[in-house]
Amino acid sequence: MSPELVMPSIEILGLEKTYQVGFWRRRPKQALRPLHLQVEDGEIFGFLGPNGAGKTTTLKLLMGLIFPTSGSARILGREWTDPGVKAQIGFLPEQPYFYDYLTAQELLEYYGQLSGVPGKQRRHRIGQVLHQVGLRDVQGLQLRKFSKGMLQRVGIGQAILHDPKLVFFDEPMSGLDPMGRREVRDLMEQLKHEGKTVFFSTHILSDAEALCDRVAIIHKGEVLRVGAVDDLTSSVRGKVEVIWQGTQIPASIKALGAECHVTAEMVRAILDEKQQDAAIDALRRDRLRLISVTPVRTSLETYFVEKLRHAETSAGSIAGGV
Amino acid sequence: MKTSIPHIASNTFREAVRDRVLYNLIAFALLLSGAAILVGQISIEIEKLVVINLGLTAVSLFGVVIAIFIGIGLVSKEIEKRTLYTVLSRPVRRWEFIIGKFFGLAGTLTVNTFFMAIGVFAALFYVSHRFVRADALIFVALYFIILEFLIVCSLSLLFSSFSSPLLSAVFAFSLFVIGSFSDDLRNFAGMAHGVSRWLATGAAYLVPNFSAFNVITSIAHEQPVAGQLILQNTLYALFYAAMVLSGAVLIFEHRDLK
Repeated sequence: MSPELVMPSIEILGLEKTYQVGFWRRRPKQALRPLHLQVEDGEIFGFLGPNGAGKTTTLKLLMGLIFPTSGSARILGREWTDPGVKAQIGFLPEQPYFYDYLTAQELLEYYGQLSGVPGKQRRHRIGQVLHQVGLRDVQGLQLRKFSKGMLQRVGIGQAILHDPKLVFFDEPMSGLDPMGRREVRDLMEQLKHEGKTVFFSTHILSDAEALCDRVAIIHKGEVLRVGAVDDLTSSVRGKVEVIWQGTQIPASIKALGAECHVTAEMVRAILDEKQQDAAIDALRRDRLRLISVTPVRTSLETYFVEKLRHAETSAGSIAGGV
Repeated sequence: MKTSIPHIASNTFREAVRDRVLYNLIAFALLLSGAAILVGQISIEIEKLVVINLGLTAVSLFGVVIAIFIGIGLVSKEIEKRTLYTVLSRPVRRWEFIIGKFFGLAGTLTVNTFFMAIGVFAALFYVSHRFVRADALIFVALYFIILEFLIVCSLSLLFSSFSSPLLSAVFAFSLFVIGSFSDDLRNFAGMAHGVSRWLATGAAYLVPNFSAFNVITSIAHEQPVAGQLILQNTLYALFYAAMVLSGAVLIFEHRDLK
């Protein structure tokens, strides 16, 4: 494919949402500040933020469920309001609730009809999707008898039923047990493998770290940072982790100011990068078996918390200054 | 792009059936058979009159109650339960959703009326042991009742598109009651003066004229219904329902689904 034909899956151009609140609806409350974001074709993109950060507002805007105060977006190269776009996207809302008088199969049949999937293909896809989300055995059961985790699976099923090019998941791991979470992760990776773009919001950072090519961190309606997970987590703060066998800590290593943690069979020491050689020499002198030396990486969680704290502090100092 | 209206309508119908809305038919059957047996024992000559009056009034009232109680939740319940999110994130336009819901509810009421009509004719046969040509007029009354339902359905949907179910029920019932006495409102407008005359005339034309659809008493007395009234009522009901539905669409097209 020639480079000029590759277009981003999502281009958000200054989408903004302000609600009018209060009794007379005259008090503005900004739910989303002008948002600029680009999600590339075929990537898994994580939209991270604490509760109330503006993640769901962004997704609702993109789905046309609420209307922006200003700004626009392009999805799969077309205006996001174009009804034709919706045939190519899938959406799983947060804590989904479905028509509980329907069975899983009937629900998928209904959504397949609404998505314009032809009859024969629809029946084939329903069977395939029910198998994929592990609901084949309960396909004839009314949804009112489903657990929260099962409903989440139905939600994922309806989002991928029509084989969309782009899938939006709002908190997809919510309500799932560890096995369920693992299955959703696998499913997302499979979608990526099939060439689809996945945009998902979450506040579970380990999921984002494990899955995402890139993430955006949003806080109080404002995007604080967008980048590849590796870029955000590789900011080595001049520290290395040295692990050796045994439970003995040489005095010379203690003297280097290392932070040591002893477990049953090994010692883990965090120390300055500059003292790495001195530590290795000390271990050799004491004939201790070195297991590994690795740079300390900031976890996404640490990065996220620091970024949010920094944002809070900046906001506080600005408010204080005013 | 294909329309989603038939799918939304059939799902609305299925919801009503599965939520046991048609169980009202049992209450209706009990009421009518009880009444038929009772009047068969206590009255002479007027059994037919009583059965037609009672039967058709019950058809109308049961239907209106169902139209309002289902109609007021058709949109607001979907917003509240967030089932609408997975529908509108598909190639479904908002107006299609409203129109689909309308047809689904209207279809439910038509099926319901069909079964009730069987009940009315059965009760009639029970008390008079035969059918006469004038009994065919009952079909005209049933047709008018269905036209009335179309207006009530559209009103319930309109209120449901912007208000809570409770307020929607209050608005819809109030309009049904006022509309049923719209002749009196028009008479009052004729007698009033000045501003109140203008206000009363405006209100009389604004509220649905349900009294024009009520031919039950005259049909019970075997009085024929003019063809002009049938045409007039048909056009009026279709126009009124279309206007109200346009209002519902207009509101819903611009509504944020929080």
